[in-house]
Amino acid sequence: MKFLLSDYHLKKQAEFRRFAEEEIDCGEHFPRDNLQKAARRGYLGLPLSEEWGGQGDDFLSYVLLIEEISRVCAATGTIIAVHTSVGTFPLVYFGTAGQKKRYLPSLARGEMLGAFALTEEGSGSDAAALATTAAAKDEGYLLNGSKQFITSGGEADLYTVFATIDRSLGHKGITAFLVEDGVSGLVAGKSERKMGLNRSSTTELRMEDLYVAASNRLGDEGEGFYIALSLLDGGRIGIGAQGLGLARASIEYTTAFLKKEEASGKKTGQSASFVLADLAARLEAARLLVYRAAVIKESGERCSKEASMAKYFATDLAMDAAARCIDLCGFSGSRSANPLSGYFCDAKATQIYEGTNQIQRIVVARELLRTIKP
Amino acid sequence: MKFELTEEQEMTRKMVRDFAEKELKPGAEERDDREEFSRDLFDKMGELGLTGIPWPEEYGGGECDFISYVIAVEELSRVDASAGTTLSAHISLAGWPLYKYGSEEQKKKYLEPLALGEKLGAYALTEDTAGTDAANQRTTAVLDGDSYVLNGSKTFISNAGDAETYIVFAVTDQEKKAKGVSAFIVEKDTPGFTFGKKERKMGLRSSPTLELIFENCRVPKENLLGSEGQGFKIAMSTLDGGRNGIAAQAVGIAQGAMEEAAAYAKSREQFGQPIANFQAISFMLADMATRIEASRLLTYQAAYLENEGLPYGKASAMAKLFASETAMEVTTNAVQIFGGYGYTREYPVERFMRDAKITQIYEGTSEVQRLVISRHLLA
Repeated sequence: MKFLLSDYHLKKQAEFRRFAEEEIDCGEHFPRDNLQKAARRGYLGLPLSEEWGGQGDDFLSYVLLIEEISRVCAATGTIIAVHTSVGTFPLVYFGTAGQKKRYLPSLARGEMLGAFALTEEGSGSDAAALATTAAAKDEGYLLNGSKQFITSGGEADLYTVFATIDRSLGHKGITAFLVEDGVSGLVAGKSERKMGLNRSSTTELRMEDLYVAASNRLGDEGEGFYIALSLLDGGRIGIGAQGLGLARASIEYTTAFLKKEEASGKKTGQSASFVLADLAARLEAARLLVYRAAVIKESGERCSKEASMAKYFATDLAMDAAARCIDLCGFSGSRSANPLSGYFCDAKATQIYEGTNQIQRIVVARELLRTIKP
Repeated sequence: MKFELTEEQEMTRKMVRDFAEKELKPGAEERDDREEFSRDLFDKMGELGLTGIPWPEEYGGGECDFISYVIAVEELSRVDASAGTTLSAHISLAGWPLYKYGSEEQKKKYLEPLALGEKLGAYALTEDTAGTDAANQRTTAVLDGDSYVLNGSKTFISNAGDAETYIVFAVTDQEKKAKGVSAFIVEKDTPGFTFGKKERKMGLRSSPTLELIFENCRVPKENLLGSEGQGFKIAMSTLDGGRNGIAAQAVGIAQGAMEEAAAYAKSREQFGQPIANFQAISFMLADMATRIEASRLLTYQAAYLENEGLPYGKASAMAKLFASETAMEVTTNAVQIFGGYGYTREYPVERFMRDAKITQIYEGTSEVQRLVISRHLLA
């Protein structure tokens, strides 16, 4: 076992941290600037192979990137994680040579922003129950239906959209399609007003007799659910990294706050310092769980249990850390005066998307019970 | 980063698990019931090479790393936490200070028989008025000719009575407080060294815990460990590593309890189906699995840092804190999953729960770990 980051990863970590601290802003609007800066450094295609215009870096580096960016601006972290894990990788795994050639270099360079449209009003955790339909029409498909809570909706250039060719087939009817922004029949609703992650756009996405050519079907007919499932582990590890970044932001802010108080002669009581100690121990544990999941994912081995553990442990921590740190430092609605309220509101989303933390527990329990004899 | 165990570490796990399943498990309940320590089992650990697992071959050790050591403690504790205490006190608390601070002669004379399992070791720091405030030592050691004369008593000493080699802390200079404490190697049967009452405990009942009494006990001058006044530093640095052992013990207890609870949840039927089908149960099991995995990673990380010669005080405090809190929660919930049966002595989970409690207390309470961690953070 080797529990330290290699020299290479330490270097990357320092590079990402410097980038996040010096170049990422945490303003109010959709972070176009942040994305362009990240794109210039190749960060929008970091784990994508060089063959497709990416940096060819490994999954651990990717996790370090999401962690560092989310520590400064969680919304930018979300957008990059979605763009990479579920916006780009479906093409890598399931795209035809033509599809890859057409889209991957643009995605890797950040000329196109990727998004993922699976969730619907009536199908959240139960993703197989989706109702958007894809009917055969002239060498292609006609899509009808509506998607909900689509990250980067209205801002993205390429959507991976899931629809069913026959609802009676259940999950075996689900098929994935590549839909470019601007085609007729694709309508993004207005951005949801959310409690946090306000800079990231989250919209409804309507398909109204949207025609998709067969050449833009991703994978085979009926393969869509499998495609969605195969992305889950990577996506969850990315959100775990976002949880890490947010938890660190809260804990580091609070540590600095208490140190400043001590410097001005106000001694930190045990009721505060012990809370901080517990959070710090959990943060270290979360870091190990997330990095380990990333290393296993990189090795190509199955990592569902590890990814789920990492995701829910790190994001539960992000939520708890923000809440407890507000207890220690006080509260201000203004991010500039005190960023903890922002971390608090951002953290909540990480417990919900890419599989709620309840779904993660179902995965972990299932994996555990599989290995235990009654 | 690499999270896979090496071949040597995997072999250690397999060997210790086999031993624990075959030799420890069958009598664990009975030993707990009778509050009986088994020297025979310790001897068998010696034959397997567990008693000197991290020490160099020249001192009779197995020359393995500290991760292999914590794996051994974890695997023993998964079945019988008392055996985990025996080994971790023997290695971390008695062997470690000898290895780290002992002279060549002391290592040959005392570390080697410990490593070979010919002798059992113990560590005597705590007194009735010096618990968390360990610097408040009252046992005294006065140099008189070629020996130190020890007077005082020690409480809650693991392995006491059965151990042959004791690391004992005593004050050699009252004025200097913590810097006036020194460490001594004291052999069993030294005149003036006797045992007080054996504690009756809620858990770890097959690991003996006794009082030590020193009445004009003469210890040869050459049995001073390190230099005069170095004792408190020896005591504290020993505990840093000891915490890895207790963290590993906590991981093992929690793992054992979780496996029992998961197996029970799959076989116990209520409302016409296994209770594992109910999320109230399966989510408890998921949280157990995740927290145990997190504890294990923290524990191995601390051991890894020790191997690499890097600072590990904060890491071992985090591991010990998180793992012991996890063990308490997991074992309590394991009893919950078993329901009324879990509360009976028919099933081992109540023993796991009783055994888990001490991991939050000894070798630094959870509160002390939080103090250590917060000092690192706020320094």
